[in-house]
Amino acid sequence: MFLKIGIVLVGLLSVTPIMLFVERRGSALLQNRLGPNRFGPQGLLQSVLDVLKFIFKEDRAPGHVNKFYFSLAPLVVVVPALMTFAVIPFAGNDFIIANLDVGILYCFSIASLGVYGIIMAGWASNNKYSLLGSLRSSAQMISYELTLGLSIVGLIMIFQSVKLGDMVSAQGETLFSIGGIDVPKWGIFLQPVGFILFLVSSFAETNRLPFDLPEGEAELIAGYHLEYGSMRFALFMLAEFVSMTVASALLSTLFFGGWQYLPGFSWIAHLFSDGNIAVTYLVSTLLHGISFVIKIASFMWFFVWVRWTLPRFRFDQLMNFGWKVLLPLALLNVFVTGLLIYLGVL
Amino acid sequence: MDWIFVAFIVFSTIAILGSLMVVLQKTPVSSAFSLVLVFFSFSGLYALLGAHFIAALQILVYTGAIMVLFVFVIMLLGQDQPTSDLKDSSLLFKGITLLGAIGLLNVLLQAALSSKDIVGKGVYTEEKINEMGGNLKSISEVLFKDYVFHFELVSFLILGAIVATVALAKRKNSLSGGVS
Repeated sequence: MFLKIGIVLVGLLSVTPIMLFVERRGSALLQNRLGPNRFGPQGLLQSVLDVLKFIFKEDRAPGHVNKFYFSLAPLVVVVPALMTFAVIPFAGNDFIIANLDVGILYCFSIASLGVYGIIMAGWASNNKYSLLGSLRSSAQMISYELTLGLSIVGLIMIFQSVKLGDMVSAQGETLFSIGGIDVPKWGIFLQPVGFILFLVSSFAETNRLPFDLPEGEAELIAGYHLEYGSMRFALFMLAEFVSMTVASALLSTLFFGGWQYLPGFSWIAHLFSDGNIAVTYLVSTLLHGISFVIKIASFMWFFVWVRWTLPRFRFDQLMNFGWKVLLPLALLNVFVTGLLIYLGVL
Repeated sequence: MDWIFVAFIVFSTIAILGSLMVVLQKTPVSSAFSLVLVFFSFSGLYALLGAHFIAALQILVYTGAIMVLFVFVIMLLGQDQPTSDLKDSSLLFKGITLLGAIGLLNVLLQAALSSKDIVGKGVYTEEKINEMGGNLKSISEVLFKDYVFHFELVSFLILGAIVATVALAKRKNSLSGGVS
């Protein structure tokens, strides 16, 4: 139990310095620049310097803020973000912190708490830009949560379970095979529309570009974390990267088979299955974990890629897109999935 | 001591303190944040009772959606006006408030003391639910098989409320001649 919590927490916390590096160098790569490449090989140690800077900077709150809520807000953002990973199996179904009956509903309910941190930050900062940022954020979060929830209803109907472990196990089966190549029963092949809807709304839920209107620096300077500095600001950043990781983990668990082997991994696992049960179990667990991490990492790169490629939406465009395009599509997806299940196709 | 008991003490203490803070705090936004805390600890209590689904829904619906709207509306409508102080109000108002509070307390106490005889233990014990295959499955069996008509009826009621709200809001706009 504590070992699993330890693995997940260390993993989630170490994502931030890694992603800082990937984000900087990745943006430079996409925009044909060099990026920070001086300190350490390829600029790898730059993130360490950044963390040190955040820690040693003076932690001061401006005079006009509500001190209690101002200090509470970063915590309210970070803690739910870290808690959501508890129901995601990360290396075989034994490696899950809490195998809850409600499964993915837990993820959604805890993730919906994160918005309070942003609202608190904006309100306690006592600054009109911050307040506007947090108002935008609460409107955006509520709107896109609907699509996020509805987009996986189809998957729940197909897999007949809300437990993520059951879903991943079901995705290990073969959907069909062409010329000796088995196509696995991954969620993306069963619910392509659901995948796109979930992907788009998870961008909105994690406040990443093209949906980062709560901080939109062109209009709101920095939005809800305008008055924050040093470690408190770093906590907001941490929360953003952690919720990005959780979103990537959910995307790979729901639609890309979670800890199921990537193509080729079953061959490596076969090499080590020489009869010793302990070794076989260890190797397969390790390979499951590596597969899951690779899937998460590719989605994280996708998040970075999109951020530095697409421009920001306008707020009315965001709302129209959420309510008039994504929500009807999600409802239609649920209806069509139900019809296909009723007809016996799925 | 049993850890469930410890958790119960923690959550109920937070719930009671939070509810006091809802009433006693001056700014509406702080009251709303305290109410969030109360709802959150309620969901902890539900989870301790083994009702994980209700706990998840409590956070998802009340904490995650309804309270966000509350805070949203409070922020939009003049956020920092302190709520009116009881000291400034008239004697009649104070009397009515006191009577109302005592009456409500009486009702709650009566309900709490007599609920054992009236309600008793339901059909859905923990063993029965486990036999049926978990909270979620048993709730959905009941909701979408036995009571599906009632469920749809309620959804029509909500739809009616939404249509009525939109109609009212539209009429107000056309009278004043402004656009939303």
